[in-house]
Amino acid sequence: MHDSVRFEKENNRLTAFLCGELDHHTAGMLRLQIDHMISLQRPKELILDFSAVPFMDSSGIGLILGRHRKMTEIGGSVFLQQMSPRIAQMVALSGIEKTIGQKEES
Amino acid sequence: MAKTKPINRMRCSLPAISINEQTARLLLSAFLMQADPTAEELADLKTAVSEAVTNAIVHGYPDSGGQIFITATLYEDRLFRVQIRDTGCGIEDIPLAMTPLYTTSPEEERAGLGFAVMEAFCDRIRVSSRTGKGTTVTLEKRLTSKQEPGKTR
Ligand SMILES: Nc1ncnc2c1ncn2[C@@H]1O[C@H](COP(=O)(O)OP(=O)(O)OP(=O)(O)O)[C@@H](O)[C@H]1O
Ligand SMILES: [Mg+2]
Repeated sequence: MHDSVRFEKENNRLTAFLCGELDHHTAGMLRLQIDHMISLQRPKELILDFSAVPFMDSSGIGLILGRHRKMTEIGGSVFLQQMSPRIAQMVALSGIEKTIGQKEES
Repeated sequence: MAKTKPINRMRCSLPAISINEQTARLLLSAFLMQADPTAEELADLKTAVSEAVTNAIVHGYPDSGGQIFITATLYEDRLFRVQIRDTGCGIEDIPLAMTPLYTTSPEEERAGLGFAVMEAFCDRIRVSSRTGKGTTVTLEKRLTSKQEPGKTR
């Protein structure tokens, strides 16, 4: 089994490269892995990268919101990057883009 | 919506375990291939069905397992209809449940968006439910015709 998320750390920025379909089944393990990494690294910025996510439903929105809450608790913030038009549409439908920033690939 | 003749139908039942969210999407994609939907139509329906199946697993059968029954029908006029049924706990107040952002399990990081997504990605949604008996969600979407008049592919 290959990892469903890969991490990169640079200064105070932690990037989580999500990989695979994001539904209720996969969200549970992703949440555990990301939260573990947040507690270890305590970054100022968490970036969720969607370039390798071909499918996402509302469970993905729950995952984003949960990480937003977690990062707010430690005084940090969440950004989303590399969303497909499809995933951007889900994010727009949820209205969370008002509270969560989006990053162009840097 | 006036119904024309059904031309094909798939019925299946799956145990209400989370790996079957993906199974349901794959079965749906396989069945829809004959209708040659656009990529967007296919993605819309996969997302909507994923929401309904997840709801059956997460909310319909919160502790005990159960079965999810899926019936997909393709009609002559390219109307596609899919029914997702569980025999779980049922929904007490359907209009309230369908309100965007309403969820009974915020602690599980649910966003309360499943029904809103189904509405956005389908032409029509119907929910019927009885507490203690279960829930049936019916989704309909008319697939566009790829053969424009006077054109052959
Ligand atoms: N099959 C079902 N059986 C019992 N209750 C259901 C069922 N489907 C939905 N519900 C109820 O309706 C509410 C709203 O469902 P909806 O899918 O819109 O949001 P959610 O599942 O709570 O969150 P999300 O879909 O964003 O993860 C649920 O919280 C649940 O109480
Ligand atoms: Mg739901």
